[in-house]
Amino acid sequence: MTEAVAQPDGAVRSTGQRGDRLATGFLVLPGVIWLAILFLAPLVIIGVISVGSLDASGRVTLANPSLANYLEALNPEFLPALGRSLYYAGVTTVLSLGIGYPVAYWISRYGGRRKILLLVLVMLPFWTSYLIRTYAWMIILRDNGVVNSLLRSVGLIDDPIRILNTDISVILGMTYGFLPFAILPLFVSIDRLDFSLVQAARDLYASGRGAFLHVTLPLTMPGIVAAGLLTFIPALGDYVTPDILGGAETTTIANIVQVIFTSGRDWPYGSALGFLLMAVTIAGTLLALRSLRREVVGAPA
Amino acid sequence: MLAAEPHTDPQGSRTERLAGSQPEIGLDSLTKRFGDVVAVDDVSLAIGAGEFFSLLGPSGCGKTTTLRMIGGFDLPTSGRIELRGRDVTLDPPDKRPVNMVFQSYALFPHLDVAGNIAFGLKRRGVDGAEIRRRTGEILEKVRLPGYERRRTHELSGGQQQRIALARALVNEPHVLLLDEPLGALDLKLRKNLQLELKRIQKDVGITFVYVTHDQEEALTMSDRIAVMSHGRIEQVGTPEDLYDRPRTPFVADFIGTTNLLSGTVVEVRDGTAIIKLDSGDTCAAGAHECVPGRQVQLSVRPESIRLDRADGTGAGRPTEAAAGLRGAIEQVAYLGSAVQYHVRTEGGQAVSVLASRNGPRFEPGDDVVLAWSPTDALVLGDRPAELEESA
Ligand SMILES: Nc1ncnc2c1ncn2[C@@H]1O[C@H](COP(=O)(O)OP(=O)(O)OP(=O)(O)O)[C@@H](O)[C@H]1O
Ligand SMILES: [Mg+2]
Repeated sequence: MTEAVAQPDGAVRSTGQRGDRLATGFLVLPGVIWLAILFLAPLVIIGVISVGSLDASGRVTLANPSLANYLEALNPEFLPALGRSLYYAGVTTVLSLGIGYPVAYWISRYGGRRKILLLVLVMLPFWTSYLIRTYAWMIILRDNGVVNSLLRSVGLIDDPIRILNTDISVILGMTYGFLPFAILPLFVSIDRLDFSLVQAARDLYASGRGAFLHVTLPLTMPGIVAAGLLTFIPALGDYVTPDILGGAETTTIANIVQVIFTSGRDWPYGSALGFLLMAVTIAGTLLALRSLRREVVGAPA
Repeated sequence: MLAAEPHTDPQGSRTERLAGSQPEIGLDSLTKRFGDVVAVDDVSLAIGAGEFFSLLGPSGCGKTTTLRMIGGFDLPTSGRIELRGRDVTLDPPDKRPVNMVFQSYALFPHLDVAGNIAFGLKRRGVDGAEIRRRTGEILEKVRLPGYERRRTHELSGGQQQRIALARALVNEPHVLLLDEPLGALDLKLRKNLQLELKRIQKDVGITFVYVTHDQEEALTMSDRIAVMSHGRIEQVGTPEDLYDRPRTPFVADFIGTTNLLSGTVVEVRDGTAIIKLDSGDTCAAGAHECVPGRQVQLSVRPESIRLDRADGTGAGRPTEAAAGLRGAIEQVAYLGSAVQYHVRTEGGQAVSVLASRNGPRFEPGDDVVLAWSPTDALVLGDRPAELEESA
C-alpha cells in the first residue's frame, strides 16, 4: 500500500518565503494604519483622560495622574445598571441567535439563486439611521401607538398595555437592531457547511435532530460564537435603545457613562468607567473564543 | 486486465443462483425525475448477497441518483426499493441497513478518526468498550491500526478514503454503497486501493454497490456490472459477458474500445453472414440474428483484427477472402506493449487495429488487408443514435 501521498499544500507552507512575508506585511499596512487612527488613537486618548482629573474650572487636567477614578468607578451603586446591561445584552443575544439561526439556515439551504437578494433584504434596515428606526419603534409601541390601537380595535384589550419604557421594549429594540449582525456570520458558517456531512450523519443512523446536534451545530459553532459576540458586545454598550425605548427603570451602565460624559461633564470619571466596561467585555470575549477553540479544534477555520 | 480477474464460477451460474434465492437489493421500475430531466428511467435490478456490483456509465447517466435512492437520500418518483425483501422505498437513511461511502468522503472535521468511526455505533447505543473494540478491529482491517487519535485533516487522500470505508463498515451494514470512492485519487494509488477494496469486500462478505465511470475499474473489481446510459440500464452481466457479448453498440463501445461498423446483411451461409458495409466494403460476421436485408451494427475489437500486406508477402498466409477488407495504413501509434494502426478501408471506413509489437510492422501508406474470424465480429442491434455521448 502506498502511504507516501503528497500533501497538496503542506510542502508549500513549510518553505514559506521571505519575499512572501514581506509582501504580506506590505499588504496589511493600510489596514494597520486604519486601525491605529480610528481604533487605537481614541482608546489611548480615553485611557489618558481616565487617569486625569478636573481642575477648578471643570477642565480636564493631567496635573496629578492617579487611579482614583477607577476606584470611584467600582461603585456598588452601578451594579444594578451593570446587571441590567448584562441582562439586556444576554437576552438580546439569545433571541438574535434563536431567530437568526433558522433565518440564516433557511437562506443558505433554500435561498438558491436569491441568496444574495435575501441577504440584502436582511441588511436593508441599515439604509436608515438607527436613531430614526428606534423612534419608529416608539411610535409603534407607545400607549396610543400602532400595537395598542390595533389590539383595541379588534377588542382584545380595553386599556392600552404598557410596552414602551419597559424591559420588553428595550429588548425588542435591541434584538431588532442587532439581529442582522447575528444573521451574517451565521449565514457564512452555515453556507460553508458541506451538506454531505449532514447526509453522512443521517446515513450513520442519526435522526434529523441527531444530525443537527452532532454535526451541524458543532460545525457552525464558529459562526454562532461570532454572531453572539457581534450581538452581545454592541448590545452591552448600547445607550440609544434604552434611552429612547426605555425609561427610568431601564438605565444601563452605558446610559450612566453617557450621562457622566454629557450632563455630568466629568470626562475622566466617564473614561474610567468606560474602560472598566471594556475590560469586562474583552475578558468575556477571550473566554468565549477559548471555549470555541476547544470545541472545534481541527475544524477548518 | 481481464485475465487478472479470477472467475472460478462457470458462466452465468451466479445469476442463476440469485434468481433462486432472495436478492439483497431489489429495484423495481425505479424512476427519478428532476423537473424535466429523467435522471433514472425505469431501472429494475436484483443484486445478490455478497456481490460486488458496479453501476457503470458515462457522466450524467444516473449512477449517483440510483445509489442515492438506495441509500435514502433521494426519493424515487416511482418504483420500489427492497432490501432483503423489505420495502424501504420511503424510509429515511437512518432507518436502512445500508451505509454509504461518499465521493468526497464526508469525514466529520470536528471529530478525530475514532470519533468518526464511532459515530454510527454511538447513534445506535453501542456501549463504549464495544465501540473501542470494533474501532480497533476495523482499523486493522483497513490497515491503519493505531490511527484512532488522528485528526481527519492530518490524513492523506488514500488514508481518508480508508477511514471513510471503515466508518461505514464498522456498522456491519447489509449493503455498502460507494460513489466513485477512488475518484479523487491519483492513478497509482487508485490501482492499489482497487485491490484493497476488493480484498476487504471478500473479507467482510458485505454486498458492495459501486458507482464508477471508469470501465477498467469496474471490470477489475466487479462480480457483475450494470452498464447505464441516459438513466436506463443497457446491459447487466459479468465483466466477460459485457466484453465478449455486448448486446448493444453502446455497451460494445463503452466497455473496452471497439470498431462499430454499420451495414446490411447480404447473405447467410454456414453460420457466417456476409455484410455489405455502408462504406461499400464487404466483410464477414457471425450469423447471429442475421437475415438477408437486415440493417445491422457490427462490433469488431481492435485486437481481433489481423493485418496482412495487400500483396500477400507479409504474413505469408492467404487471407480469407470473405472476411478481408482492403485498406491503407493512415497512422501508427506505439503504445508500448502493442502497436495501434489507424486504417482507412477502400470504401473510406476508419478502422482501428491493435497488433502485437512482435508481429509484422507497417508504415503509413502501406496497403493492407484486414481480416478477422467471423465469430469475432459481433452483430448488434442497430441503434447508432445512442453512441454520440460516448464518442
Ligand atoms: N438534484 C438534482 N437536481 C436536478 N437535476 C439533477 C439533480 N441530481 C442529478 N440531476 C441530473 O440527473 C442526471 C443524472 O445525474 P447523476 O448525478 O445521477 O449522474 P452520474 O451518473 O452520477 O454522473 P457522474 O458520473 O457525473 O457523477 C443528470 O442529468 C443530472 O444533471
Ligand atoms: Mg455521480
